Amino acid sequence: MTDHSPLWEVFVRARRGLSHTHVGSLHAPDAELALRNARDLYTRRQEGVSIWVVPAAAITASSPDEKDAFFDPAADKVYRHPTFYEVPDGVAHL
Amino acid sequence: MYGNDFSTPADAPGGGLLGEVEAAEAELRAAAQRGRRGGPAPDEDLAAYFAEVVDAEQKIEPRDWMPDAYRRTLIRQIAQHAHSEIIGMQPEGNWISRAPSLKRKAILLAKVQDEAGHGLYLYAAAETLGISRDELVRLLLDGRQKYSSIFNYPTLSWADVGAIGWLVDGAAIVNQVPLCRCSYGPYARAMIRVCKEESFHQRQGYEILHTLAHGTPAQQAMAQDAVDRWWYPSLAMFGPPDGDSTHSAQSMAWKIKRFSNDDLRQRFVDMCVQQAEILGLRIPDADLRWNDERQAYDYTQPDYDELLRVISGDGPCNRERIAHRRAAHSEGAWVREAAAAYAAKRAEQREKVAA
Amino acid sequence: MNGPFDFALALGDDALVTAQRLAEWTTRAPEMEEDIALANIALDQLGAARLLLSYAGELEGAGRDEDALAYLRDDREFRNALLVELPNGDFAVTMAKLFFLAAYQLPLYTALAGCADERLAAIGAKARKESAYHLDHGALWVKRLGDGTEESHRRMQAAVDAVWPYTHELFAADPAAPVDPATLRPAFDETVGSVLAEATLTRPESGWAPAGGRAGVHTEHLAYLLAEMQVLHRAHPGAKW
Repeated sequence: MTDHSPLWEVFVRARRGLSHTHVGSLHAPDAELALRNARDLYTRRQEGVSIWVVPAAAITASSPDEKDAFFDPAADKVYRHPTFYEVPDGVAHL
Repeated sequence: MYGNDFSTPADAPGGGLLGEVEAAEAELRAAAQRGRRGGPAPDEDLAAYFAEVVDAEQKIEPRDWMPDAYRRTLIRQIAQHAHSEIIGMQPEGNWISRAPSLKRKAILLAKVQDEAGHGLYLYAAAETLGISRDELVRLLLDGRQKYSSIFNYPTLSWADVGAIGWLVDGAAIVNQVPLCRCSYGPYARAMIRVCKEESFHQRQGYEILHTLAHGTPAQQAMAQDAVDRWWYPSLAMFGPPDGDSTHSAQSMAWKIKRFSNDDLRQRFVDMCVQQAEILGLRIPDADLRWNDERQAYDYTQPDYDELLRVISGDGPCNRERIAHRRAAHSEGAWVREAAAAYAAKRAEQREKVAA
Repeated sequence: MNGPFDFALALGDDALVTAQRLAEWTTRAPEMEEDIALANIALDQLGAARLLLSYAGELEGAGRDEDALAYLRDDREFRNALLVELPNGDFAVTMAKLFFLAAYQLPLYTALAGCADERLAAIGAKARKESAYHLDHGALWVKRLGDGTEESHRRMQAAVDAVWPYTHELFAADPAAPVDPATLRPAFDETVGSVLAEATLTRPESGWAPAGGRAGVHTEHLAYLLAEMQVLHRAHPGAKW
């Protein structure tokens, strides 16, 4: 939804007991879609416990603006993880 | 997936690959712990400040001052990388509908989906440099920015899905792992996540080829044919030889790029030889042999004239790949417009309620 | 349908054919975010299909696994409803299909989660959560397209009109099945009614009600879908992948 859609910053609580952490940004025309897109984009490998989306335009930043893209990976579909694959004995660097 | 086979610049290597990604992540955290000095003093030389941060292996962050050329180089490189992920969905996406088992279908679909995700992480990283994704997409569709030329080759059999995973993703990882230590924070962080996800991609490809290479004679032939076709284009992913590579020295100084094209290519070849032996497949290079003096394999260089032809638009699938992307973009326009119109209506309603 | 084998097969085929159709959108979605969302839904449906077909194979007891059932049956042996095999059409048609299917699958899997067959109950419990997301996604787009621009409204209404007749087959009574589909209709009608109203769309009159999928009599589209899906597997009989 790039043509007309604003940027949203995404925050995910990975597990109970942790605070929401900025994981990156995305585009969506409205908050509802932003939330759905965030689920698909940033929690493909795990169920984040909770997601916040915030219009990037609503963020007031002190000098170095941290609108970055650091994503914590995780695990819900086993084949997404390299250990799911059988590596024949002795193969290196894979 | 991403190579250095663009018309413009190049980058990075990998070895105990996942380990290196994790080391880069630890390094990133350690650098953050050390605490960067504060912003530049009002009368401080900005270029000197920037150089000091980079030399101290600290990360440059979006609002920091940076040389224009550094910003331009990063935008170009991150955008090309993002475009490569998005265009790179097509050759493998070609086999989702025909995947030979339901398990393979699920894996391939998840992999191609990951590539869309990687493209989006990277577009987001590029946007922190002050360019919009709309603009980057337009540059791709207008042919003004490149993507990795490897994706201009066709996937002719199921074994190609395996060969892409093993060789193309393998080359991409060798290339990308050093980018996890790139001096630009958002790019480095995006690359850490991408590399972790991509190690599954390479392994699924290797597993496909291993299964085929130990299957029926027809499957074995399919696997060998795929390796024969993908080997040299994969070597070409590391870009032109060092002597012909522009921008490299500056990118090295800025710690965007950390290894030369030829170093990375050598590293990749050295890794593949043993892996091919275990597969029981032949690397199509009669002159491939261990050089005791160099402690590395001698190998035949890819055809760089062919690489240039593909980069300039005359690969087997350049036209189709871009036409496909353009069609998806233009056919989706009415949907994007509808979503925007709906959002505007809802916002208007909320304002009325508030008033 | 009679008995758990036919039931598991019918549900498994619905899920498999849905996954195959949704996966056709990969690299073609209106926006990159939507490419990822459609792939997620396709993966969920494929996952459910594998569980259901594996279980069907066990119930049958003839040694057929998920791949034998998916790749080595002809169209006349498939038991999916016609709705899921219809071509994707434009994005509005795909969303109409997804929305109607999910509005049926959610109460279906919810009921299944409480049925006496433990395996089916476990599958239902897992798939129910996924269906809730699919329904949410379908409804979200039906509303946006229905109440978006003039063009999107026209396309969405046309899609609803075109797909609606195929929804009736989903609810054909089968009192012997672990869950009688006829019992799911009120929940479906309620969901569909409220979402279409919010989307400023008109619910079509019910008249023509094509059916036959559950008995293996399909549209012309299914054989093409299967020809593509099965071609490689069938070209190498007995091979492992």
